[in-house]
Amino acid sequence: MNDAMQNSSPVIDVAYIARLAKIDLTEKEQSRLTRDLEQILDYVQQLKKWDTRQVEPMYHPVPTCDALRSDIPGEGLPLAAALCNAPQQEDDQFRVPKVVESAH
Amino acid sequence: MMSPRISLNTLQKSLRNGEVSPSEVVEYYAARMDELNPHLNALLSYDKEAALAAAAEVDVALPLGGLPIAIKDNICRKGVTTSCASRMLENFRSPYNASAVEKLLAAGAILFGRANMDEFAMGSTGENSAYGPTRNPVDPQHVPGGSSSGSAAAVAAGLIPAALGSDTGGSVRQPASHCGVVGFKPTYGRISRYGLVAFASSLDQIGTLTHCVEDAALLLGCLCGYDEKDSTSSREPVPNFMSGLHDGVKGMRIGLPREYTGGGNAESVSSALQAAVKALQDAGAEICEISLPHAEAAVASYYIIACAEASSNLARYDGIRYGHRSDKAPDPDALFSLSRAEGFGEEVKRRIILGTYVLSGGYYDAYYARAQKARALVAQDFSKAFTELGVQLILGPVAPTPAPKLHAEDMTPLQTYLADIYTVPANLAGLPAISVPTPQSGLPVGVQLLAPHFEETRLLRAAVTLEQSWK
Repeated sequence: MNDAMQNSSPVIDVAYIARLAKIDLTEKEQSRLTRDLEQILDYVQQLKKWDTRQVEPMYHPVPTCDALRSDIPGEGLPLAAALCNAPQQEDDQFRVPKVVESAH
Repeated sequence: MMSPRISLNTLQKSLRNGEVSPSEVVEYYAARMDELNPHLNALLSYDKEAALAAAAEVDVALPLGGLPIAIKDNICRKGVTTSCASRMLENFRSPYNASAVEKLLAAGAILFGRANMDEFAMGSTGENSAYGPTRNPVDPQHVPGGSSSGSAAAVAAGLIPAALGSDTGGSVRQPASHCGVVGFKPTYGRISRYGLVAFASSLDQIGTLTHCVEDAALLLGCLCGYDEKDSTSSREPVPNFMSGLHDGVKGMRIGLPREYTGGGNAESVSSALQAAVKALQDAGAEICEISLPHAEAAVASYYIIACAEASSNLARYDGIRYGHRSDKAPDPDALFSLSRAEGFGEEVKRRIILGTYVLSGGYYDAYYARAQKARALVAQDFSKAFTELGVQLILGPVAPTPAPKLHAEDMTPLQTYLADIYTVPANLAGLPAISVPTPQSGLPVGVQLLAPHFEETRLLRAAVTLEQSWK
């Protein structure tokens, strides 16, 4: 699809997008979001009416953005502080469900 | 001498001349919170003992010495729950302070109360809080606005004399307008965003909710300045925002965009705007009609950009390092999907899905890139007004209507987004803007002033003029 906005009625596959966004949606949520998002995407079609071919996209609101600080090592969060909000931890590490399938 | 609408400035004088002690001030507000918060739900929690402990040690000679301030629950305080009014962060205790919080503490402020909000600052009514909606203190059948719903309601009800909020698309100015207080969003980059839980990083800015403009100036002076922990923080010199506040607007050219005065505004909004025009003219300002030809593009551009950035920023909630973790997940993939499904509320999911869609392969140019170009057009309208048209400030409404009723479920998400038409442009363009209450019978209505980047002094001066004209 080269220019999605050329289509008059945008279609959104909410189930697929939800997989990309890693959010498990119920069927009810899916149909509700489909309706809401189609309405919103239909509305934003109006951006087509402005000629933006010669316009530079504006990713930052103020021109002086993104001044990096000097590359000097500083203190990070101590281990205990970094782990203090982990729902599950063990041996000073974050615990996750088993990643390798059926390791015999 | 204490009263619910006492300003920081007056309170500070009373603290310094010993009429009242910092502990008595905390006791006064704690009593009001105990009495009123159960009805308003403006604060998610308040720790009186911690506030009293801080009050016992504070030096009232400090710039904010002994002044209590509530903090919106998306601004991190070390060791304190920072939930963003989400189930996702119900048990999250920040391991560090936001830079804005550090600045308040260094200035002697007493941090008191976690302000309720729309979940992750997504919403404009306060109804998207996972911990119940906040009610408008002026009329509890109405919403206080959002997303800084609790901050605005708490100040308006006199639970606290001032609060921090955050403004991504109007989230400080709009609830201020709906509750009858002053809501101020400085220039993007003025106040460090370090420790402000990220929603849309190119739009987010911390702001203040206060009873009067002078208090906003006092807080800004303590909050702003370069911070190496935020790469978008500004190195612009910090003026004394309190000086020249009362110098008036004689000879100032103030633009009134014709796109902002159309038929879509409620009668009380139009009359508030007319009253502001008259007040500024009477004070010697010249009001000239201007045009912002791309005003209509603002909402579409804003929602694409804000949701795109949100989908990226909120990818960090994975159920592993912090935040809600589903106990039903057999593998890491399910852990992400279920934790996020259980932890996020409806509006947050809607925006993440929309943001993921506009950033996904094949749609990026059509939506996201186009929205960023439209954003440039919106910003150019303002820079042209401030240069070619020669206006020094812009005047407009804050929202097309006063506060809607609570649980107005006939509104679609799109309809609620459209009500942000007058507030999102300042975020898209990074401009400072302030909402000033107008005299109204019935539901409060504010008017908005916008200034060029880093011209907060001029903005505050005109806002003081408006405020004084109605005293």
